Amino acid sequence: MIMKLFEKLLAIDRRIIFILIFLSVAIPLLFVIGFKIEVTPEVENVYELVDSAPKGSHVLISFDYGPSTKPEIQPMAEALIRHCFRNDYKVICTALWPMGVQMCMEAIDEVSPDFPNKKYGIDFVNLGYKAGGLVTINLMGRDFCSAFPTDAANTPIDELQIMDGIKNFKRLKFIIGLSAGAPGLKEWVQVGHDAYGIPLAGGSTAVQVPSLSPYVNAQKQLTGLLGGLKGAAEYEVLINHPGSATKGMDAQSIAHLVIIIFIIIGNIGYFVSKKNEKKIS
Amino acid sequence: MKRNLPLLITFLVGTLIIFAEFIPHKPFGNLSGGLETWFMIISGFAILLGQLNLIKVNTIKISRKAPNWQYYIICIVSFAAMVIAGILWGTRDQTGILKNSQGVVSWLGLKPFDYFFKYFFENLSATMFSLLAFFVASASYRAFRARSLESTLLLIAAVIVMLGRTTIGSWLTGWVPESLTYLHIPQVAQFVIKYFQTTGQRAIMICAGLGIVGSSVRIILGIERSYLGGK
Amino acid sequence: MVEFMDRLGVWIGAILTFAIFSFLYKDNPLYKVAEQIFIGISAGYWFIYTVYNILIPNLFNPILTNFVSQIHLLVPAMLGIFMLCRLIPKIDWLSRYAIALVVGTTAGLSLIRTLQSDVLNQMRATIMNPFAGANLAIILGNFILIIGTITGIVYFFFSKKHEGVFGGTARVGILFLMVCFGAAFGYTVMARISLLIGRLQFLMGDWLGWIN
Repeated sequence: MIMKLFEKLLAIDRRIIFILIFLSVAIPLLFVIGFKIEVTPEVENVYELVDSAPKGSHVLISFDYGPSTKPEIQPMAEALIRHCFRNDYKVICTALWPMGVQMCMEAIDEVSPDFPNKKYGIDFVNLGYKAGGLVTINLMGRDFCSAFPTDAANTPIDELQIMDGIKNFKRLKFIIGLSAGAPGLKEWVQVGHDAYGIPLAGGSTAVQVPSLSPYVNAQKQLTGLLGGLKGAAEYEVLINHPGSATKGMDAQSIAHLVIIIFIIIGNIGYFVSKKNEKKIS
Repeated sequence: MKRNLPLLITFLVGTLIIFAEFIPHKPFGNLSGGLETWFMIISGFAILLGQLNLIKVNTIKISRKAPNWQYYIICIVSFAAMVIAGILWGTRDQTGILKNSQGVVSWLGLKPFDYFFKYFFENLSATMFSLLAFFVASASYRAFRARSLESTLLLIAAVIVMLGRTTIGSWLTGWVPESLTYLHIPQVAQFVIKYFQTTGQRAIMICAGLGIVGSSVRIILGIERSYLGGK
Repeated sequence: MVEFMDRLGVWIGAILTFAIFSFLYKDNPLYKVAEQIFIGISAGYWFIYTVYNILIPNLFNPILTNFVSQIHLLVPAMLGIFMLCRLIPKIDWLSRYAIALVVGTTAGLSLIRTLQSDVLNQMRATIMNPFAGANLAIILGNFILIIGTITGIVYFFFSKKHEGVFGGTARVGILFLMVCFGAAFGYTVMARISLLIGRLQFLMGDWLGWIN
């Protein structure tokens, strides 16, 4: 009887699994549960780094992702820009992915209504996209103007007040890399921190977290790391401004629970059938 | 000329970059900076090559009436629409050759390039990658089995991380008293991530790093030549 | 009119979303159409941004405005055109010069950066006093870091047959690697679900207006 039940369960059409996953995400989005979000040390380290610079500091945020990973990284970008604007930093934005330029402006559009006094060219700037990854970051560290002679709108950077005195990485208080792959945070670690010694933190997709975790070490190759939607939600908690990541965490949790239940059922079925096979033989 | 000169260029450029790292003064520093600027520009052309090659391949498929050739027309039309929109009206930051795009912005709300990006590209791109959520769930159900010690460890680590890195972990074990904090699932997940995951990835990183160093030396010395093609 | 076009855009987005999701049922013409639109628009986007953000500010503008001091930029311009020659079989060998420069620069820089960040700094992070921890968990963790890294590296050493003590060490290494891959799988699930959440937030929020 149990054997047959598990046989049936293991043979169900994969489309039923698809529907269950769809519902496990959709329902918690409609009916909010509000699970508590615990902050991890890696995220707290990012917050402390961002919070520690004096007013008027120049900071660089690199947008190395596109719409494919927007649900995970865009909330981080918005939360980080909000935090930087609150602390009156001068935010310089760059992109190693062409879509990063649009992602940057969308994040600023989202945040800037709460900071109407922040002016383009004085408080923040979008320098646009450059190809070349590792080599281009190296060039920026050596001579910013060679890599970015103009901003994204072709205004020479000499004419932008925010870029006064920014010849290379030296005057940057910290760099934040928001990354969905290569080129991205790995390249920023290799050049921004390890070659030029600038404090570096970042946010990445959850998929990337394992490959970046060795950089979060005693040498602070990465001071901290926001990993995926959970990392973004934790940062939203820290800046006390819940956003789309916090809203998505219930759905994230329930969907994970459903997948774990799938794994458990799959394994019970596997062991039951294995036991049965032994009995028959 | 066709083969030896590129090998010489690779050798000289690679050596110069390494030299400049240790002697960042004139002339090495300047030369290296110049090379990096050149690299960036050539990378730009390489990206254009990719796009043009896509059009070439699709055009060939259409002209030869390859299977599903009708769909490749859609690809070319979409590409052309995006490029024409970008050239004529520019992008959000850039001015196109028509200079004044106020007319089109006043009824579209955005420049056409940005409209295509926001409503077509963003949605297509995000949905394409979100499909994987369904397949990863299906794979977990059908293939994630504790068949051996190795696969059991893999499975347990995955479940701990899935529970611990979502809010469900703290909800499930939130009642655990402080003296037994090591039973709190997010703490267990944190331990797995901080030590087990880091150690594995570090071993991979060191070995891959040594591989990259070895390959780079082979390329600079001209031992590895596959990037020049087979002819 | 702007409002209508915005609404129309959201509807187009929703239709395209369903067109891609239709692949979950089975491959079909609607999915294929959406797929090709995606490829075409994506390529067009890269094309325009490469021209506007790289070639104009870093190549054309400097040459046009300050030809004498920027004359050296004719070299990457020429190599760039050589790169495009790859499309023409008769002269595709010209692209080798451009590729040689790109490969040489990447090899030189990768060698140094990877050696420092991924090899030496990772070794330095592993060489530690394992007992220098505030509590038992940290001390245990330090041992895991040291043993796991060493045995993991041994596992990846394929120039010697995995047998005897060496084989045993490699076996321990693979156990550490399996836990590591398990954690990575957990993160992968997290990432994919997040993307689906983003899609449903669009469908139920922007399109249907059921959620904020």
